[in-house]
Amino acid sequence: MPEKTDSTHKKLIEVVNVSKAFGENKVLQDISLSIGEGETLTVLGKSGAGKSVLLKIIVALMPPDAGEVFYEGKSITNAKEKDLNAVRKNIGFLFQGGALFDSMTVGENLNMILHKHTDLPFEEREKRIRHSLELVSLSDKLDEMPSSLSGGQRKRAGLARSIVLQPKLILYDEPTTGLDPITAGTIAELILTLQTELKVASIVVTHDLPTAFTISDRAIMLEGGKKIYDGEVEGLSDAHHDHLDEFLQAAGLDRTRRGKIIRKVEAEKIK
Amino acid sequence: MNVLSRLTVRHIFDKIGKLSIFSARFFAAVLRPPFETKELIKQTYEVGVRSFGLVAIVGIVIGAVLTMQSRPTMIKFGAEAFIPAMVATSVLRELSPVLISVIVAGRVSAGIGAELGSMRVTEQIDAMEVAALNPFNYLVVTRVLACMIALPLLTVYADFLALFGSFLVQNIEAGMSGSLFYHTVISSITFVDFAPGVFKTIFFGFIMGIVGCYEGYNSEGGTEGVGRSATNAVVVSSLLIILVDVLAVKLTVFFFES
Repeated sequence: MPEKTDSTHKKLIEVVNVSKAFGENKVLQDISLSIGEGETLTVLGKSGAGKSVLLKIIVALMPPDAGEVFYEGKSITNAKEKDLNAVRKNIGFLFQGGALFDSMTVGENLNMILHKHTDLPFEEREKRIRHSLELVSLSDKLDEMPSSLSGGQRKRAGLARSIVLQPKLILYDEPTTGLDPITAGTIAELILTLQTELKVASIVVTHDLPTAFTISDRAIMLEGGKKIYDGEVEGLSDAHHDHLDEFLQAAGLDRTRRGKIIRKVEAEKIK
Repeated sequence: MNVLSRLTVRHIFDKIGKLSIFSARFFAAVLRPPFETKELIKQTYEVGVRSFGLVAIVGIVIGAVLTMQSRPTMIKFGAEAFIPAMVATSVLRELSPVLISVIVAGRVSAGIGAELGSMRVTEQIDAMEVAALNPFNYLVVTRVLACMIALPLLTVYADFLALFGSFLVQNIEAGMSGSLFYHTVISSITFVDFAPGVFKTIFFGFIMGIVGCYEGYNSEGGTEGVGRSATNAVVVSSLLIILVDVLAVKLTVFFFES
């Protein structure tokens, strides 16, 4: 595969004109994005907008129908398994449910990756594992099985596993979905802490706007497989686009709308 | 031909094709590092040692029941002395290898199908892939090899227990002594009665492992899909074991008896 030219040299990940369809359903159409070292990008969009598919294409879990993905200028779309695995060691991936290996304890989950990819002695590995778990405040869960953790704890343990190899980039698939607002807030804070502490770049897929505002510099918005916004997070509310407005309003804890709905339901009850 | 049967025939060929590709991937991966020795040992324990109880009961019952069933007829023909030899030959050649394989397939294939299936739907296999942990080598190769190692050993174990079951019945019903039973059996069975029966279970082990892994690894559709993977694994592997046995018997007869 050809190497990209100088203009993209600093880019960690570059997605160029990627399209993906499942049968008739065009999930992604001609999507391009890029992210530099230490940057944070949020991918917004409602459920089924192709956000998770985009993440899976970025780590080559799924091949795109068209287009290409570059990691530090090298194409990984049709890369050999060996080259791909070399790239993947630099990428952490937090799955929706944490995806902990449930036949192992939390500590073994982290150790499995360290043991496989580093030559560190046992004591050093243990130190790194404890440090990762400390970062996500789960030091006391080292010997617990994943089944005994709560949903939020599983996500945090999954996050600890994604950072144990000290990656350059972490991909988050819906990190706050299904959590109560307080836990979601803690996770958002955690992501931000990791960014400042470890200087990792992040791509966060979410439909949770408060999280997006807290953690990211830049955002893109997907709708019907197309990119309808790409820019600063602050610019989201100024960019006028029907779907974007709707999305912001729906997420903006709009009390007037709540009042409207309640009045409507009550009016129907009286009838 | 109606739509349903057309669909079924297509479905069968589709499955055979995909299973063949999956098997080819297994043979390509089995010789390539990483070799997950620790996981292989763990899985062999899981398939082998954890099946001891089940196989013991089935083994003893096969021997005992076959002896009880054949006694009246054999006595009618005045061939009571041949009972141990007849039971030993049937058990070693056919009953123990095939029945044990089908019973163990029920336990192991379903287990693998459900385990890998739920790993697939909870994205654990994806997580391994992303962490460059070679899930195919770690999960599939180890499990299939474990079945191929454990099943012949379980069969030998069942062979002995089936003969013991047969002896128990002979001892209770005819007062036959242990040493007489032993000598009758030993003098009547040959290498051809014993070895091909054990040898073919390596292939049966391959079938139950690869089918369970295929169904689980390609599971889709959430929790319901996991259930479907487990069911398919048992049905397909049991069926394939019985079909492959026809071929195995034909080959044994061709090479050793003609």
